[in-house]
Amino acid sequence: MKARALIPGAVRVLAPVLAVAVALGVSALALLAIGESPVATFSAMLRYAARLDSVVSILNRAIPLFLSGLAVAVGFRTGLFNIGVEGQYRLAALVAAWAGALVVLPAGVHLVVVVAIGMAVGALWAGLAGLLKVWRGVHEVISTIMLNFVATGLAAYLLAEHFREQAVAGDLQIKTAELPASALMPTLNWALRALGLELRRGSHLQGFLLVCVLAGLGFWLLLSRTRFGFDLRASGLNPEAARASGVDQRRMVVATMLLSGAFAGLVGASQLVGFFHRYTIDFPQGLGFAGIAVALLGRNNPVGIALAALLFGFLDRSAQILDLEDVPKEITTIIQGVIILAVVIAGQIAWRVARRRQAVAVSEQVRRQEAAA
Amino acid sequence: MTALAHRPVPHAAPPPRRRRMRGALLAGLGALLVLSVVARITDSPELLSSGTYGAAFRLAMPIALAGLGGMFAERVGVVNIGLEGMMILGTWAGAWAAWMHGPWWGVAAAVAGGALGGLLHAAATVTFGVDHVVSGVAINILAAGVARFLSVITYHPGSGGGATQSPRIASGTGSASLPLLAGGEIFGWRSPNLLGWIEARGVFYVSDLAALLRGPAETLTWLTAIAVVLVPVSWYVLWRTPLGLRMRGVGEHPVAAESLGVRVFGLKYLGVTVSGALAGLAGAVLVLEFAGIYREGQTGGRGFIALAAVIFGNWRPLGVASAAGLFGYADALQLRSESAVHGLLLFVALLLIGLGVWALARGRRTRALSLGGAGVLFFLWFATTGTVPRQFVFFTPHLVTLLVLTFAAQRLRPPAAAGRVYRRGQLE
Repeated sequence: MKARALIPGAVRVLAPVLAVAVALGVSALALLAIGESPVATFSAMLRYAARLDSVVSILNRAIPLFLSGLAVAVGFRTGLFNIGVEGQYRLAALVAAWAGALVVLPAGVHLVVVVAIGMAVGALWAGLAGLLKVWRGVHEVISTIMLNFVATGLAAYLLAEHFREQAVAGDLQIKTAELPASALMPTLNWALRALGLELRRGSHLQGFLLVCVLAGLGFWLLLSRTRFGFDLRASGLNPEAARASGVDQRRMVVATMLLSGAFAGLVGASQLVGFFHRYTIDFPQGLGFAGIAVALLGRNNPVGIALAALLFGFLDRSAQILDLEDVPKEITTIIQGVIILAVVIAGQIAWRVARRRQAVAVSEQVRRQEAAA
Repeated sequence: MTALAHRPVPHAAPPPRRRRMRGALLAGLGALLVLSVVARITDSPELLSSGTYGAAFRLAMPIALAGLGGMFAERVGVVNIGLEGMMILGTWAGAWAAWMHGPWWGVAAAVAGGALGGLLHAAATVTFGVDHVVSGVAINILAAGVARFLSVITYHPGSGGGATQSPRIASGTGSASLPLLAGGEIFGWRSPNLLGWIEARGVFYVSDLAALLRGPAETLTWLTAIAVVLVPVSWYVLWRTPLGLRMRGVGEHPVAAESLGVRVFGLKYLGVTVSGALAGLAGAVLVLEFAGIYREGQTGGRGFIALAAVIFGNWRPLGVASAAGLFGYADALQLRSESAVHGLLLFVALLLIGLGVWALARGRRTRALSLGGAGVLFFLWFATTGTVPRQFVFFTPHLVTLLVLTFAAQRLRPPAAAGRVYRRGQLE
């Protein structure tokens, strides 16, 4: 009997489901403590989320979360922890925004170039951490944390001193020049219209959703269907065994960080070409850290990450209604925090239970064989 | 997961403690001498004024406290990325209790709030064996949400606070200047300000030394005094008591400690909870000394700077405090005089070239060459520009830590089992 069959798929799915349930329980307690009805609150959130513009908004919010989750998950699969997605995507978005506004290219090509620049910058910044690890043995957790702060400071400096758009009189906002239309991602509103759905004016379904599908597919193909992906996973599951079978660990570390950073670059690019069209000082923050949560909840596989990203998108969107219901919308942040802790704890417990069961099964099998002999 | 810092290469036994301390003291005095020269060359007295030192000292306090916290956790083998979150819990709880009952209740509540965060981290990492970094990240996210949530339900409109800040807190913990040395009062008698007198003479180096001592000695608040005392106390507890020996043993080799009857789990819980409590106290300093109010985002990444200070300070109390002092100095200089920061470039250049010459004298050519080269680059930077961009000072602590890890990691000696999940009775 194969060992893997003993850890049932149900257990692996159970942990995240359990974690979400625990998180809902904790937040229900918090709601009860302040005298709100959890049932009423949650149903208000669900009702609000079921509206068409909410669904579109949830999908839009899930886009960067999904990509960020992929970025973190690539690292996890190789046994590396990239906490630096935050800094990588911000720097990537800034440089892509600046470079994209400088060049004139035909529509489509321009878009691809901007996205590629974002991916390259993200990959390079993350690759730095990979190089430091293989060259000097600096742990990637520490180096990516430190590089986050360096990236933040560097981005602020570059934006203020070099990449800033020559402002017209009276415009005090610090920002890069706006990307021309040829560099923008078309929306998917036509697809909705084809389905007979009409959005409110000014709201869009972001076209980057298709890139997400491609990225998720690419992630799965790369890891499950290529030699390279096999080496990556082997390095993550058992570095000693991988080394023994001829996988160059140093190459794997650098390659993984480059790949992870490229996904991080996509996070920045998605917001740039899909929504903001320029880099300003209020470019979204925290997507990198959210990505860690999404990757953990999604168990590092693309389908799981997509579901987790949708859940977080739902929490973000439906938080909007809570203020109208007089419930502090921060309850959703608590749900997100509890989910991360609960999912890793549940994962550990599930793993221990499965291990124990496996041990029992093996010993029984041995006993049976001895009895037969 | 393996320890979060460079694995040290085995090397010769370190010099005895007394010689090491003397070496550090001499190096510090030498650095001050270079700084004195630089301040005269570049005409930036702010580099050496007691005002700068005082500000540096105060700015260093929260980093030093949280750094000590990080050190305690790592000494029992648990990496604490959640310092920032625990500090947030400290700021919120401290402000709330100080607003309700007075400053000292605020201090107590901040410590309790931080300790609660530490306890959560301990439960996740020690009992449930969760990856230390994951748990820390989760606590950072959770703490931010909890603080926001509590603010919304606590500070009603009309209280002066709201979702993102507390009402203003009436008073801090009080302060005093040291008598005789810095002009403090003894029973109503205004004693002379000896250090101030020496600084005012403007004697080369002597006055600069006096300023260094005067900065912290003037208007020392009780809370900072406690923080200062905690540095030697931490050292004493960890290196001079049986409890400390056991704690360090747990961080170095939990299996060996367990086999000697040490309660590994209990001590890990203790170390991580103390870690949170110290981070909470750092939060109290932010609220009561810096701002007089709780504000969202007040911690401003100081938990991560503290993490840098732990590494830069080589996992030792005095080292952590010194690292915090350096980071605080860069911060203070930036606040007081941007042109003085430019003078600092020359200081770094001279220091690097000096170290290069030292390395050359000891026959280490490659090292001498790279240090000297870096020194020349810094000198060129100094000579060709007029100011250092403000944003660069922001990430100086982080960049310095990266450089130390990259080029001087063989001098670092982290606890051997830091970052590894320990299961009772496991084999190596």
